[in-house]
Amino acid sequence: MAQEKVKQETLALNGDEAVALAAKQSDVDVVAAYPITPQTIIVEKFSEYVANGEVKTEFVCTESEHSAITASLAASVTGARAFTASASAGLALMHEILFVTSGSRAPVVMAVANRALSSPINIHGDHSDSMAERDSGWLHIYVENAQEVYDSIIQAFRIAEDPEVSLPIMVGLDGFTISHTLENVKVLSDETVKQFVGERILPRVITHEGKTVPFKLDPDNPMTMGPNVSPAFYFEFKRQQEEAMKKAINQIQKINIEYAALTGRSYGDGLIDTYQLTDAEIAVVVVGSTTGTLKVLVDELRNEGIKAGILRIRTFRPFPVEQLQNALKHLKAIAIMDKSMSFGGFGGPIFTEVRNALFDLKQRPIIINYIFGLGGRDSNPIGLRKVFEDLQQVTKTGQIDDTVQYLGLKA
Amino acid sequence: MSKQEKGWKDLTLAAISSKVSTDFLTGDWKVFMPVHNLEKCVSCLTCVMLCPEGAARWNSELGKVEFDLSFCKGCGICANECPTKAIVMKMPEKEE
Repeated sequence: MAQEKVKQETLALNGDEAVALAAKQSDVDVVAAYPITPQTIIVEKFSEYVANGEVKTEFVCTESEHSAITASLAASVTGARAFTASASAGLALMHEILFVTSGSRAPVVMAVANRALSSPINIHGDHSDSMAERDSGWLHIYVENAQEVYDSIIQAFRIAEDPEVSLPIMVGLDGFTISHTLENVKVLSDETVKQFVGERILPRVITHEGKTVPFKLDPDNPMTMGPNVSPAFYFEFKRQQEEAMKKAINQIQKINIEYAALTGRSYGDGLIDTYQLTDAEIAVVVVGSTTGTLKVLVDELRNEGIKAGILRIRTFRPFPVEQLQNALKHLKAIAIMDKSMSFGGFGGPIFTEVRNALFDLKQRPIIINYIFGLGGRDSNPIGLRKVFEDLQQVTKTGQIDDTVQYLGLKA
Repeated sequence: MSKQEKGWKDLTLAAISSKVSTDFLTGDWKVFMPVHNLEKCVSCLTCVMLCPEGAARWNSELGKVEFDLSFCKGCGICANECPTKAIVMKMPEKEE
């Protein structure tokens, strides 16, 4: 860890409280939200700041998540800094407007306290909600713990609002495991965060009057946003969004370095974070809080002389293809952990993407997919040990029984 | 596509419109067009108030109702609501 430049205070916060504090310190102009478990504390905490007069933020209590994201989008296109939060069914209800937000190039920041989708109803953590929004044109970051979610929300404004990116971003924190668990979180001063995030810089656009003006709804410089676009031009705007995703790859890395210089904390290269991977023979590819459990397990395995490692995908969109190829090419076998299902597909979403990225390697590891932890099913070191045992086995035999397996499922 | 059309790198962000909505002539969608009989018209302006496109307009200089066929979508509300039946919807004659 690098040396920290600024004074920091250690507070006992759960993940949701850390999110609310980070949003508050990032000087958000508008928060529009609707409460849903396990995101509720974020909204409760933020409304407390508003009630106490601790923030100047316009807080909009909407009647649904569809309205919450619509209000956030509307605020964002006026040039305001907008924040919202949701989970599970709430995120699903936002689905339509998620695409409108990314297509409108509105850099809304949203915390997603990842939770299973109904039916049957389940309030516990898995990645079904945000994985279902994989193609909505949002940047996706998944965190490991409460400290990282605090840091990532602050970074998210800088990433999303970069004029070359100008895309919305969702930061996923595992429901309950991170959202409700009290942890020691090092926090920055209000002033430090305000300076780091800075004022929102708007991209410049040319209006129908031929004027080059900041990209915002402004009565002095009127412009038409979100118009009907014919087949002759729609495609081109989608290609622009893809280019912005590519720019985000650099911006996420840049912000990760800049933040580390300030705080002493970094998360891999901002895209992927590795643990004991350099000399590893077998490794697990994972997203979210399970990483912490895996680190304990890898320490145990290393003591037993097993060369095990971890690769955590922090940024899922844009997908860090080159970084994954370079980090995983030397391994004999890898297990890809999916905390959501793609029903009828060939494995979970993380598996299909990672395997796809590794296909171009001349020599690639043997790859197994584990679906695990659905609906908050516990994933403890004893259960996860089986994954490494399987990997050791396949490196010896070269044989896989099933490419897609279910970990912790009652047979 | 003509050669003058902009590619994805040159188009402005997020489909910010290069024209205002009235630059797009939506009147060519129609099948039927309103034909206005000034002898029957009593200038009650019912059509002006009810036209969803603002295509029926009162011309104060000439003192009569006019139809802007560039924006009339041919819905026929004006003809249906006209109290003196001064408006009838007709198929435009084909241009040879």
